[in-house]
Amino acid sequence: MSPEQESSIAALDLFPSEEAGKTSAVTIQASKGLFHLDLKAVWRYRELLYFLIWRDVKVRYKQTAIGAGWAIVQPLMTMVIFTVVFGSFAKIPSDGLPYSIFAYTALLPWNYFAQAINRSGVSLVGSASLITKVYFPRLIVPISAAVAPVVDFAIAFIILLAMMAWFGIAPTWGMLALPLFLLLALATALAVGLWLSALNVRYRDVGYTIPFLIQVWMYASPVVYPVSLVPEKWPLLYSLNPMAGVIEGFRWALLGKESPDFRVMTASAVVVMVLLLGGIVYFRRMERTFADVV
Amino acid sequence: MGDIAIQVEHLSKQYTLGTSRYQHDTLRDQLTDGLKALFRRNGRPPSNKNTIWALKDVSFEVREGEVVGIIGRNGAGKSTLLKILSRITEPTSGYAKIHGRVGSLLEVGTGFHPELTGRENIYLNGAILGMRRVEIERKFDEIVAFAEVEKFIDMPVKHYSSGMYLRLAFAVAAHLESEILIIDEVLAVGDQAFQKKCLGKMDEVSHTGRTVLFVSHNMTAIEFLCDRCFLFDQGRLEVSGETGIITARYLASDVDRSSGQADLVYHNGRTKGSMSVMAKVILATELSEPTSSLPMGSQLSIQVSFSSKSKPIYPILGVVLKNRFGTAILGVNNRFIPGYRFAEPISDGIITCHFSSLPLMPGKYLIDLYLGDEHVDLDVVHEAVSFDVTPADVFKSGKLPPAAAGPIFWPATWSLENGKEVC
Repeated sequence: MSPEQESSIAALDLFPSEEAGKTSAVTIQASKGLFHLDLKAVWRYRELLYFLIWRDVKVRYKQTAIGAGWAIVQPLMTMVIFTVVFGSFAKIPSDGLPYSIFAYTALLPWNYFAQAINRSGVSLVGSASLITKVYFPRLIVPISAAVAPVVDFAIAFIILLAMMAWFGIAPTWGMLALPLFLLLALATALAVGLWLSALNVRYRDVGYTIPFLIQVWMYASPVVYPVSLVPEKWPLLYSLNPMAGVIEGFRWALLGKESPDFRVMTASAVVVMVLLLGGIVYFRRMERTFADVV
Repeated sequence: MGDIAIQVEHLSKQYTLGTSRYQHDTLRDQLTDGLKALFRRNGRPPSNKNTIWALKDVSFEVREGEVVGIIGRNGAGKSTLLKILSRITEPTSGYAKIHGRVGSLLEVGTGFHPELTGRENIYLNGAILGMRRVEIERKFDEIVAFAEVEKFIDMPVKHYSSGMYLRLAFAVAAHLESEILIIDEVLAVGDQAFQKKCLGKMDEVSHTGRTVLFVSHNMTAIEFLCDRCFLFDQGRLEVSGETGIITARYLASDVDRSSGQADLVYHNGRTKGSMSVMAKVILATELSEPTSSLPMGSQLSIQVSFSSKSKPIYPILGVVLKNRFGTAILGVNNRFIPGYRFAEPISDGIITCHFSSLPLMPGKYLIDLYLGDEHVDLDVVHEAVSFDVTPADVFKSGKLPPAAAGPIFWPATWSLENGKEVC
């Protein structure tokens, strides 16, 4: 090692002090308190977060013949099945839109959401070898798993644009609001994913429950049917499901359907924030024993 | 010697044994436990979970630039200590103060992904170990050169030979620039050349003024690298001091294992994840009593009694003989030797590994035992029992090979032809 490299040692600091200066001491002890969230640590490790997302994306379709094509084929096939079963056979109304694009617009955020909770829910157990051998803020694991499927979402989105052109649906200014709805979906997925992943470390039952949870949640969200089909007396209950707002938001922004109820969206956002905050607190609490239990 | 780099005060770590450590609770267990508790009179949960102190009231200081070896039997608390200092797990009580950036290497190749190329894995692994991207970029060529994988750097690592894989993994970790380096038994993997290279690199690292904590069972490596040593026993820091003195004490502390037999039901050499299948091991010779002292060239039977009540097994016994430094000398296993698949699966019995003439030079030897069911290892106990080989006139010449000629003696034959060259 050359002297020049040696001198750079002090410049790099894994646990940088809050103020610049000499390296600070880290004290390792049993942690106390419920609200020690330490989100700063996550920010410090943002490069690792980036690399884990990058790895997930990179590895996902390795050794498949059509590679990222799967990100298109999966929602497309689901759309075809839904269109035949729910659109043609069951004749579920689609608010005057072609059923295929009606379903696909909902499938985009839904598929993202389903993948994000699925992957983040089992992420900690799947990263057991990392967790027991290296220190880093554990929050990074479910976060990266919840963010990575955004890439699939982006690829599948291209097909939606093509379908809109095919059906002659003009884009609206509402499309600018799409990132907000996606963000809401991400926050929801992360909130649920944090709870599931932390629980799954101790109770492997959770991993087996996730597919059912996703299935039930899908039918509780307006993926295959329009919100107008939901009985009048349920809207409050419905606003508790943030994915209903997300899907309605997507249909509004892309297909020009009536705008989602602002109050409902706000209620959804509040529900998500509470769930997310609770998820982080619970996760941080359980984090102390992950390496011992996983 | 500079300021204090690591300060540990009354550090303790308690683990819950039984259900929650080795087996995961399921919700059902919790629910049934809860129900049982309801119907019991005193209403308290069953106390079948016993706890163990993996680390108990440990205090020490390490100064900047010191290279400290940590030794002790399996289960002595070494790895737990490293895990706490690496912030992987939290202590139950006490604290540790660490001054400076910590790089820890508890396993070679953590986070390597087989589908990614060597180049991609360097970045990924570097990030996992806590390196910044710029730092990895700057070190990249050096890492590749050290690992000797220049030609294969853009190939998925799943196509690498195991040697290349290990070299690359070690190279990334070895180039981590941290003031404090925590290393756990990395030398246990890889071939001789790899180990030599690692040792060289670690020696180099230790001369750059960095603080190093180094756990190993390999006393040769400890004596080579470390100025000072900590000896751990049953979660406590038993003694610390100059390396030579501590290693000698460690090697001499084998009294309980020298009776020629050992109870294996609760053996602290049992590896994590093993089921307690082996119950006892006896070293038998021509004599009727178990013995731990054998003359060179004598026969030896290693008798292992086992019990697998849940499922009958086709027993496989692997035996590895190690010298007092923990280096493997020879290993046998009826999985490799044809004709030793026993006809019927059995649930308990004694399996014996027999050496008709043990070719070991005088010295102290340790035995690792691996009991398996056909292709799976069920129970692994390291350093289950030890024995001494005493000098004997095996060649009937009154002379023995010098100790420097290696750990094994072997009879050979010679011939001589006059005036010829080998062609």
